[in-house]
Amino acid sequence: MAAGRLKLVGQVAAIGLVAGLLVLLVWKVAGGSESQVEGLRSGKTPPAPGFELPRLVGDGKISLESYRGKAVVVNFWASWCEPCKAEAPLLEKAWRTYRDRGLVVVGVNSQDLSSDARRFAKQVGWTYPLARDGAGDILGPYAVSAFPETFFVDRSGKLVARIDGEVSEDELTTNIERALA
Amino acid sequence: MSRLLTAVVVALMLPATASAACPELRSLEGELMCPTCGTTLELSNAPAANQIRRFVCERAAAGDSKGEIKDKLVADFGSGVLASPPKEGFDLLAWVLPLLAAGAGAAVLAGLVVRWSRRREPEPTLEESSASANGRADLDPALEQRLEDELARFE
Repeated sequence: MAAGRLKLVGQVAAIGLVAGLLVLLVWKVAGGSESQVEGLRSGKTPPAPGFELPRLVGDGKISLESYRGKAVVVNFWASWCEPCKAEAPLLEKAWRTYRDRGLVVVGVNSQDLSSDARRFAKQVGWTYPLARDGAGDILGPYAVSAFPETFFVDRSGKLVARIDGEVSEDELTTNIERALA
Repeated sequence: MSRLLTAVVVALMLPATASAACPELRSLEGELMCPTCGTTLELSNAPAANQIRRFVCERAAAGDSKGEIKDKLVADFGSGVLASPPKEGFDLLAWVLPLLAAGAGAAVLAGLVVRWSRRREPEPTLEESSASANGRADLDPALEQRLEDELARFE
């Protein structure tokens, strides 16, 4: 009798474990903010995944939420990435041109040596805020698979566009105007 | 064509040349991950992997030990840069859990084997179960009576 009850408990526990793993799998595949960002490709404007990251240079943190009310260009880069070097002057120019209209450019350095990243930022002359995400924790929520990648966030915190790879001046200007609108 | 061949040969020889110039690299390449490709350093020629190779050689030349180099890389990239998780803190679970799971599996298996072997022990035969004190099997009373009757017919 006791053996039968033990067997039943074992079966229930095994079924519960399998059901739990299935739920986890479905949640991971279907849910999360990664699929939200992917919605951009089908014309949706999902909320930009939030982040709070340490500054690459100096102390303090950079939080996306703190820029609510402004348009934000979030550019993912690394010092070993050649296209990142090529587009660097365009991003700096955009920051200087549009900052008075309420634009912030945020560079997010990831999967990179911090010493190399600081040297790179100095070489290219970036003056806008630079955040450091060495382990690449926010690459997943933004579905970033390669560098550079650039996202455009409007004043209400919604993503309005993304550019995979090196940006052109036209693409940058067009999408900044969209984010500022 | 010959230029292409030369380029391929040079590309293939580059890691070997780097390893020869920096012996620490050879011992660390299998213990470090390329952050962008999900493989160990020795299997990758990605720019991020080459950046780490250069860092390892620079730090080794500056006198850092293997452990110090690894610590500096973990500070920059997180523990994901290590091919095997560190044996401390939360990462210790990655080492302990498989051992616990293997132990639990072995215990369950042993329990099942004991149970099955008990179940398959041969049932005692009629002779074994009804063997009398003199070592001979007792007969069914009806059968014994029938045997007695049959024997009486021949007397």
